[in-house]
Amino acid sequence: MGRLSRRTALHLAFLAIALAVPLLHDTYYTRFATQIAMYGMAAVSVDLLLGYAGLVTFGQAAFFGVGAYAAGMLTVAGFHEALVVWPLAMLAAVAFALVIGALSMRTEGFHFIMVTLAFAQMVYYIGESLRSYGGDNGFSLPRRNTLAGMSLADHTVFYYVVLALLVLVLYLASRLVGSEFGMVIRGRRDNERRLAAIGFPPFRYKYAAFVIGAAIAGLAGALMANHARFVSPAILSWQVSGQLLSMVILGSAGTLIGPVFGAAVYLVFQQVLSDYTDHWMIFFGPLLIARVLFVKEGVWGLLVQALKAQERPAAPVPAPDQGAAQ
Amino acid sequence: MTLALFIEQLFNGVQFGLMLFLMAVGVTLVFGIMRVINLAHGSLFMVGGYLLVESYRVIGSYWLALPVAIVGVIIVGAVMEVLVLRPLYGRGHLDQVLATFGLTMFFNEAVVVIWGRVPLNLNIPAGLDGHFEIFPGVNYPVYRLAITAAGLICGGLLYFIIVHTRLGALIRAGSDKREIVEALGVNIGLLYTAVFALGAAFAGLAGMLTGPLLSVESGMGDPILILTLVVIVIGGSGSIRGALAGSLILGIFDTFSRVMLPRIVGLTAGSALVGMADYVLMATVLIYSRTGLFSAHRG
Repeated sequence: MGRLSRRTALHLAFLAIALAVPLLHDTYYTRFATQIAMYGMAAVSVDLLLGYAGLVTFGQAAFFGVGAYAAGMLTVAGFHEALVVWPLAMLAAVAFALVIGALSMRTEGFHFIMVTLAFAQMVYYIGESLRSYGGDNGFSLPRRNTLAGMSLADHTVFYYVVLALLVLVLYLASRLVGSEFGMVIRGRRDNERRLAAIGFPPFRYKYAAFVIGAAIAGLAGALMANHARFVSPAILSWQVSGQLLSMVILGSAGTLIGPVFGAAVYLVFQQVLSDYTDHWMIFFGPLLIARVLFVKEGVWGLLVQALKAQERPAAPVPAPDQGAAQ
Repeated sequence: MTLALFIEQLFNGVQFGLMLFLMAVGVTLVFGIMRVINLAHGSLFMVGGYLLVESYRVIGSYWLALPVAIVGVIIVGAVMEVLVLRPLYGRGHLDQVLATFGLTMFFNEAVVVIWGRVPLNLNIPAGLDGHFEIFPGVNYPVYRLAITAAGLICGGLLYFIIVHTRLGALIRAGSDKREIVEALGVNIGLLYTAVFALGAAFAGLAGMLTGPLLSVESGMGDPILILTLVVIVIGGSGSIRGALAGSLILGIFDTFSRVMLPRIVGLTAGSALVGMADYVLMATVLIYSRTGLFSAHRG
């Protein structure tokens, strides 16, 4: 009980920090925080697959990018209402996920990674071939979408909208993984055959998780297109898929909120290093390797562990078997 | 399509397929024996290209620079295996893709630090820059023929190593029953390093041979890596025969789709479809067989 409220307190503290960012009255920080929230949302979609369904996908950039492209193309075509554009962008991502998911789900493990990576590359080439949308160079959006008629041109307003959507996504995702559906996909991750034996067709559940993940990534992509007012095939590149996966791992997989921290760590690291050098990746690559080889937990996991350690002297932790019985 | 064009494209397709094969050999051996997915295999392709440019600049002779660059890429591969790959054996796929993705980030930036962001040109070696009439009316670049020959020689060399040498026997045994090989007292660490270095040599050579056709630049190995993965999905993992079949199928299919699709459906739709073609082929194979056409590990 004490631990639970502490964790809730931690959530609220970070939410308060996030809400306070625009009080700095510096567009730079507001835009930076917006970026963290958008990448964080995309990383949450990866975590849903990786941390709960146990699917290592190396192709989430496809859905992130399709969302961005769809939102951008609709905006260029004269649709400016976010309530129309954003759901349609999510729908576009879902359409791609229905096809790519059905094919990728035929494979497992090593092959699943390769196949998702390959299909994402296919979407990259489709983006690159759209000559009327700038091909390789991408295209600009005339202006940001409006939300129920309200302008999102102001960076602070846009930031709060993105933050609200991120909180909503986190809430819905945590409800989802806590539901029967969530238990089934976790059960499948741990033992697919047993799950099938007790009457849950595993394919249907992991396919659904894949498609839901794509919808979230598509929304993040639509926000990204609005944030930058620019879309190019770069958002579809395999490096983006790798980045999203890295964010999940830096922040702790299977925690939903962790990947948002992972996105923050990743982007802060990138920003700080690129103040000193153009070649920040030469440092980030080895850092990622070190995280994988030597550290078992991501930032969020370490934070929670630290909290638990602090708690111990105050309230003795019950013996494991008693704990399980509660 | 005239017969002359058909033959020219067939040669191109086989040449591209053999390049993919040089890449796929390393990926499939490393997966088949060490059970590791190496996303940094594209980096070895790129490092090969850069090392050849550099050693050519220092030595001044292509034919001396080539073996020096191959030795260089073998060393890079062996160091990579010892420092990063070795701790990944027995780890999950996720750790493997992330660590080797980290390697790719590192290498893509390291070459920029060393050689700059401007793409480097690698000239076709003197004597191989002409054309040769392979068919009445078809003048084919000698260099492409040389690449094809090099690919065939490498394939033959690999066959010889696998079938007739002790290393090959260990590789075959290792990909069937790794635990038994270990139990027989073979120095498995050394075998792994040797296998990885062999794969690195082939990948580096592919980069060196392709260098004059593309330009040598950061990230040049990434699209090739992804196509190599498509080869393995098509051919099946862990099998050299599968890698060869998958490479030739994809190489020829890719080349012909590039020529034919824009003619059939027009330039605009064609360019989109060309980008998709290889992956549609992969999807078709997946519908037919989940593990590829020649998988060494069913299920």
